[in-house]
Amino acid sequence: MADVNRGKRPLSPHLTIYRPQLTSMTSILTRITGNALIVAALMTVWWFLAAASSPEYFAFADAVVTSWFGDLVMFLSLWALWYHTLAGIRHLIWDNAMMLEIDAAEKLGWAVIGGSVALTIITAFII
Amino acid sequence: MRYLTDRKRAVGLGSAKSGVHHFWAMKLQSVALLLLIPLFVFTFGGILGAPYEDVVAYYARPFPAIVAALTLIVGFKHFSDGCQVLIEDYVHGTAQKITIILVTCLSYGAMATGLFAIAKLAL
Repeated sequence: MADVNRGKRPLSPHLTIYRPQLTSMTSILTRITGNALIVAALMTVWWFLAAASSPEYFAFADAVVTSWFGDLVMFLSLWALWYHTLAGIRHLIWDNAMMLEIDAAEKLGWAVIGGSVALTIITAFII
Repeated sequence: MRYLTDRKRAVGLGSAKSGVHHFWAMKLQSVALLLLIPLFVFTFGGILGAPYEDVVAYYARPFPAIVAALTLIVGFKHFSDGCQVLIEDYVHGTAQKITIILVTCLSYGAMATGLFAIAKLAL
């Protein structure tokens, strides 16, 4: 048995053959948001380094980070951060073999989308 | 003729190579970040855009400085581990190893830079 049919096994259908689903879209978005957050993370580290360096250098870094472009990056990253956080909670729930049924998983997907938008707006108003 | 049992052929060939260690480490980080991220968002978000003197005085206080330091440590390790999984999925062979090394260096480099800056502001 150990020597039969190696490398000639049937493969499951690949990504391109599936209709886009809420569960798969929210899953790939978790990966995209998590990795894209490196941009805001590096900007934040740069801002801290500038604050620790000199008032002049801080003025420059702060102007970049709080420019319209910096604000846009930070605002989108804030959404990405909340999205990734809520999607992480979803994974922690799934890890306990809970809410894996299709309708429950889709409810969680909508909760992550709606929750991330709501948290982003609330946070933007508070800070 | 090779005498390989099914088990011998399978051991070490799983995608993780080291059991569930990587998975469990990321779970620990994610639970820690559930607490740290809201604390960091509302401390850092509140002071971002303030004048230089206010920023320096704010991060001389223990709470915002400790929250920022912990968030950088756990956050960049979480990025490093998560990005490694992304690379393992899409990049293969030597390029995979090189990319993982570069991402690990970037993560620890950014973490150390941020920690140095926070320590300098706090002390």
